[in-house]
Amino acid sequence: MALSGVEIFKLLPKTNCKKCGHPTCLAFAMKLAQRQASLDQCPDVSEEAKKILGEASAPPIRSITFGSGDEAVKIGEETVLFRHDKKFVNPCALAVEIKDTLSEGEITKKIEEVLTSEIDRVGQKLRIDAITLTNASGDKGKFESAAKLIASKAPNVPVILSTTDPASAEAAVKLFAGKKPIIYGANSGNAEAMANIAKAEKAILGVVADSLDELAALTEKIKSLGVEDLVIDSGAKKAKEILGNNTTIRRSALKKNFKPFGYPVINFAQRDDSLHEALIASVGITKYASIIVVSSIERWKNLALFTLRQNIYTDPQVPMQVEQKIYKIGEATPDSPLTITTNFSLTYFIVSGEIENSKVPCRLAVMDCEGLSVLTAWAAGKFTASKIAAFIKESGIENEVNHRELIIPGYVAILSGSIEDKLEGWKVTVGPREANGLPAFLKARTT
Amino acid sequence: MAFTVPKETYSGKVYNVTIGTGDNVASFGGENVLPFLPFEGTIPNKPLIAYEIQDVPPADWPENVQKPFSSVSGDPVTWAKFCQDTLKAKAIALRLIGTHPDRENRSPEDAAKTVKDVLSAINVPLIILGSNNAEKDAPVLIAAAEAAKDKNCILGKAQEANYKTIAAAAMANNHKLIAMSELDINLSKQLNILITQMGFDKERLITDPMCSALGYGLEYTYSVMERIRLAALTQNDLTMQPPMLADVGMYVWKIKETQAPESDVPLWGNAEERGIAWEATTAAALLMAGAELLIMRHPKAVEAVGKLIEELI
Repeated sequence: MALSGVEIFKLLPKTNCKKCGHPTCLAFAMKLAQRQASLDQCPDVSEEAKKILGEASAPPIRSITFGSGDEAVKIGEETVLFRHDKKFVNPCALAVEIKDTLSEGEITKKIEEVLTSEIDRVGQKLRIDAITLTNASGDKGKFESAAKLIASKAPNVPVILSTTDPASAEAAVKLFAGKKPIIYGANSGNAEAMANIAKAEKAILGVVADSLDELAALTEKIKSLGVEDLVIDSGAKKAKEILGNNTTIRRSALKKNFKPFGYPVINFAQRDDSLHEALIASVGITKYASIIVVSSIERWKNLALFTLRQNIYTDPQVPMQVEQKIYKIGEATPDSPLTITTNFSLTYFIVSGEIENSKVPCRLAVMDCEGLSVLTAWAAGKFTASKIAAFIKESGIENEVNHRELIIPGYVAILSGSIEDKLEGWKVTVGPREANGLPAFLKARTT
Repeated sequence: MAFTVPKETYSGKVYNVTIGTGDNVASFGGENVLPFLPFEGTIPNKPLIAYEIQDVPPADWPENVQKPFSSVSGDPVTWAKFCQDTLKAKAIALRLIGTHPDRENRSPEDAAKTVKDVLSAINVPLIILGSNNAEKDAPVLIAAAEAAKDKNCILGKAQEANYKTIAAAAMANNHKLIAMSELDINLSKQLNILITQMGFDKERLITDPMCSALGYGLEYTYSVMERIRLAALTQNDLTMQPPMLADVGMYVWKIKETQAPESDVPLWGNAEERGIAWEATTAAALLMAGAELLIMRHPKAVEAVGKLIEELI
């Protein structure tokens, strides 16, 4: 269980030396209790206190870096059950399965798909994060040669080596030395051997059980063998069990501080039907998976899953913003209308969606108003005539359009006169108040 | 360390809503637990998916979702029968989009006739939706509610600007009512309170916190829904206990990701599969957030979400 500030205080040197950057030991203890400070800031803490406090101050779900270099992914470290409470921290990794029974050509093709999976969405680069190599053949040689292929063709992609055979795991993991791979497949039968390999090779160990009880016992055992970086699988395959077990694991770790479940969760979502698989993966993305393994990564599926993951992992306390710029919607020409709105993402999405819907090519000027909607930005003095005029002038749009007409949202009709005063030579037209009025408004102008 | 499953205790329960008449009814809601967690409560009904049809041919729908209905969508009655008989729809949502002043501007009488015709052709429950023009919806939905008197339909959507007339029409003609507010738990609660203060039974309400498509603000709808469900279950907040609607199809099928051809955006993959996946994924996420009633368009997306629900129950 987490210790209270006073309990932590009792274990500190009580010298009030301020070396930790806090005025008193008690203040430092309070920060430790809230997980806003770390124990190593205190130079004088005793070994005994370190042991007790280290255990108690560890995050409820262990943070693990999977892979190495630029493409490493951080998983775990989650602190809440619901995203509206506080941002979900580390977006779950998506991994595609490659079976070692495939031919070299088929394996190469799948690797290629992973390497070219990157998509840019609202300024973020999203991609398939990892490859899971499964020892479907049961043959050590086949597993090793497939692993070689992956290590040479995709040297930077984090890898999950899935096998229950310690000898196969050991042979393959050596190909990824220093790259923090996951060996997945430690179970009740092979736990010791697998733990030893993971320890020697500095790999993360994937632990799988048939039930939550068995899983708890297994992680305790493996931890006592000296392996601390674990990802855990309750064995759930069906959507109902994935959701139920993921929920139980997350709750146990966060609300009960149940250490045996304080690790990132891995889910296997493979299905024959790719769309069905996408929906099973969606259950994992929304509900507590840290790694999701799928069997195929068609581009349409990647786009949907990446976008869902991005949505779920946005910070609920910070309005999503889009980049300030003038967006072209449809085949906009120099004669197409120019409209303006604020950079609150929802405003942008709704307005651009409706313009798209109208099938009238347009330019949409999106002005940085710190992510506020039109009325709020206006009320806060961030969407004013002088700021709009300055933005339009500085944007260079005057060189791109033949006309000098700006369409403003109906809610800020009051600004039209003063914008015209400040933006010489321009005519300001008042558009509809609600975005859903845009299609009719734009169509009416073209006829 | 011994492991015990940490169970929540919920003091509240979502209202069980039944629509339709006679042997052809459908129920949704009724659970006293967060979505699909039967180990700590009861879930008497599966979420219900209604097929969306409209009173005018769907020329404004992207081609990939027009296609499955191309031979039937010229007429709402044929379209409705196709959904019921061929696609095995459990409910149908008729959107009277043709009544919108910027569209065909059809009269309330026209709308009433369409509702009557559709009702006489099908036996599954019907959801009757206006065109989302707050002013026009009032007379249109009054006429539609009368035309469907005692058929136990869902009428919608009542919004802050027009709820009085629409709620009165639903009450007078024995229908359920959708109350829609814009992505804010407080607005949603307030509208439910205003409607019940008129004497409308809260157990006949359906909350629509407003849907957003995947990638277009889905996270807002997702969190508003999750918060509504938590308020209903853990705080026993009676005003937050009506089942929730996710009006998925219309929001999903107007964005770029469901329309752009693969030739424009090769990195996005096959356009048809992309559109279907977009609708199904949006629906799946909102099911996890607590939606009990979904309105959807593409048969393949409906089928995939149905399959997911089966696996979750």
